Amino acid sequence: MCAFVAFLFVEGPILKPSWNEGNAGSKTGSCCLALPSDTAKLGVVTQSFLSYVRRKRTLMLSLVGLTAFMALVAVTQGAYDITPGHLLRVLSGAAVGPADIVIWKIRLPRIISAIVVGWGLSISGLSIQSLLKNPLGSPSTLGISQGAAFGAASAIVLLGKQMVSVTVFAFAGAMGATAVIMVLASLRRLSPEAIILSGVALSSLFASATVLIQYLASDTQLAMAVFWTFGDVTRASWPEIGLLTGAVAVASIFLVCRRWDLNALATGEDTARGLGVNVGRMRLAGMLAAALVAALATAFHGVIAFVGLIAPHIARRLVGSDHGLLIPLSAIIGALLMLSADTLGRTLMGSGALPVGIITSFMGAPMFLYLLVRGYR
Amino acid sequence: MILSVNDIRFSYNSHPVLDAVSFSLEKGRVLAILGVNGAGKSTLLKCLNRILKPQAGSVLLGEKDLSLLPRKAIARRMGYVPQHHAQSAISVFEAVLLGRRPHMGLTVGKTDYAVVEQLLESMGLAALALRPVSDLSGGEAQKVMIARALAQSPQVLLLDEPTSNLDLKNKIAVMGLIRTVVSSQRLMAVVAIHDLNLAVRFADHFLFIKNHQVHGLCSRHDLDADLIEAVYGLAVRVEEIAGHRVIVPL
Repeated sequence: MCAFVAFLFVEGPILKPSWNEGNAGSKTGSCCLALPSDTAKLGVVTQSFLSYVRRKRTLMLSLVGLTAFMALVAVTQGAYDITPGHLLRVLSGAAVGPADIVIWKIRLPRIISAIVVGWGLSISGLSIQSLLKNPLGSPSTLGISQGAAFGAASAIVLLGKQMVSVTVFAFAGAMGATAVIMVLASLRRLSPEAIILSGVALSSLFASATVLIQYLASDTQLAMAVFWTFGDVTRASWPEIGLLTGAVAVASIFLVCRRWDLNALATGEDTARGLGVNVGRMRLAGMLAAALVAALATAFHGVIAFVGLIAPHIARRLVGSDHGLLIPLSAIIGALLMLSADTLGRTLMGSGALPVGIITSFMGAPMFLYLLVRGYR
Repeated sequence: MILSVNDIRFSYNSHPVLDAVSFSLEKGRVLAILGVNGAGKSTLLKCLNRILKPQAGSVLLGEKDLSLLPRKAIARRMGYVPQHHAQSAISVFEAVLLGRRPHMGLTVGKTDYAVVEQLLESMGLAALALRPVSDLSGGEAQKVMIARALAQSPQVLLLDEPTSNLDLKNKIAVMGLIRTVVSSQRLMAVVAIHDLNLAVRFADHFLFIKNHQVHGLCSRHDLDADLIEAVYGLAVRVEEIAGHRVIVPL
C-alpha cells in the first residue's frame, strides 16, 4: 500500500502540468486547462475508447441499412404488385398511373409514418426512462396514451365523428395528462418515483373516464372509440406526417445536445447538480419534449404500445448507457421495430387489415420478458 | 487563494440542520468534517457547491462569491463525489469523461480526452477503461468517481463519506489518493467522514459539528480526547502506534 502512495507521490507531477493555478483574478475566472501542445495528441486509452465508439457506430449504420432494406421490402408488399424498379421510376417522377397513386398515397405515407412513429416513441420512452431513472418509463406509464384515448373518446361521443376534432382532442388529452403531472411535480417537488406513481394513478383515472364515456355512447360511437385505440399507421396524410416529423426532429436534436446532462442524471441527481446540470429545468424540458412527440404520435395514430418501452432497452443492451450512442440507436431500433411489425401485419392479413398496435403489443411483451430474464445492463 | 465559508445557515422545512457554520481552508490542505450521524455533514458539503442553497451565509473561493456564479461555473471550480451513486452501465472512460461536462461545448475536445487519459493512467484505471462502472468492485468504482471529480479540473474537492463501503486496504488507498492529489496539485479537499482514525491519518484540519453548530475546529497536533468525547459522547484516548495517531474508544 505504502508503495502505491509513494508511486503516486513520485508520479504526481505527471498530472500537474494540466492544472493551471487558476486564480480568481484570471480572465476566465475558472481553473482552465493549459495543456502543452504535445499532449494534445490522443493517447492509447483514448484511441481504444474511440475505436470502441466506432465499432458501436458501425453497428448503428448496419441497423440503418437494415431499416432501409425493410422499407424497400415494405414498398413491394401488398395487394398491388410493385417492384423496386417501379419505385425508382415513381420517385424520379417518370411513371404515372396506378403505381404512382399506390406508392404516394398508400405505401410511402404508411412506411414513413411507421419509421417516424417508431423513432418518436422510442426517443420519448428513452428520455422518460433516463430523466426519471426508471426502467419502466414510457409514454403509457405517464398516462399520455390513456389521456389521448380519453380525449378521442370524448370527441367521438360529444362532438360527432369529424376526424380533425378527434385528433385535436386526443392531443389535448395527452398533453393535459402531462401538464397535470408536471404541475404536481414542480409544485410539490415530487421525486422521480412519485412522478411515475402519479402517472399510473392518472392513467387509471383516464381509463375509468374513458369507460364512462363509452358507456354513454351509442353503438356506432362505441365501435369508433374502441377502434381509435387500435394504433395504426395508415391514418396520417402528408401534412400530419410532416408535423410529426418536425416535432420528432426537434426533440431528437434537443436530446442529442443534452446527452451529457442525461448521462449525468443517470448517475444520480446530486452528481448531476455537482456537474453543473440544472436538474429541475432539464427534467421539465426533457419531459415536455417526450410528451409532445408521444402526444402527436398518439393523436395521429392511436395507441401503440411497447415500442417506447422496449426499443431503449434493446439499445442499452447493444451499446451501453452513453446517451450519445443510446439516443440514435434507440431511434433506429424503434423505427425498425415499427416498420417490421407493420410489414408483418400486412403480409399476415393482407393490406391494412391488422393494426400495428396489436402486433407491437404481441411482440413487445415477450421481448420485454426475454430482456428481463437475460438481465438488462 | 482560500475557501472561506461564512455563517452558513440551512434548514429543511423549518427544521434546522446548520446554524452559523464558518471555516476557512488553504490550498494543499484536507479538512475532515466530523460529527455523529445526522449532524449535517452531508448537508454542509452540499451547501458548499450549492447543490442545496443555504438560507443565509456565503461561500467565497478566493474573492468569488459562489452564490453569484451559474451552476456550470461552480462545477468548474468544485468537484463533488456523493456518498451514494447510481449503478450506471456507462463505461469507465465515459464516466470520467462526464467530469469534463462543465468545460465542454457541444462536442468533446482534444483537451477533454487528454485530461481523461492522464487521470486514468495515473490512477491505475487505464486497464478498466472500457468496462461498465456497474461491473467494478467498490474500491475501483470509488476511484472512478474521484477521477470524475478530478476531471472537472477543480480547485476544491468535496467528498461525502468516500470510504464508507470499502475494505481496509481500499480505505487507505482511496484516502491516500485524495491526500496525494491535494498535496501535489495544491487543491483543497473537504471530506465528510465517520472513521476518526482515517481522518486523523489523512486530514490536516478537523471541523466538529454538534447541535447544528461548529463545536470545534482544530489541526492535527491539537486534536484532543476531550473534544472528541464532547462531540461523540464517548470517552476516548488518543494514542500513538507505529508512528500513527489512533483514537481508541474506552
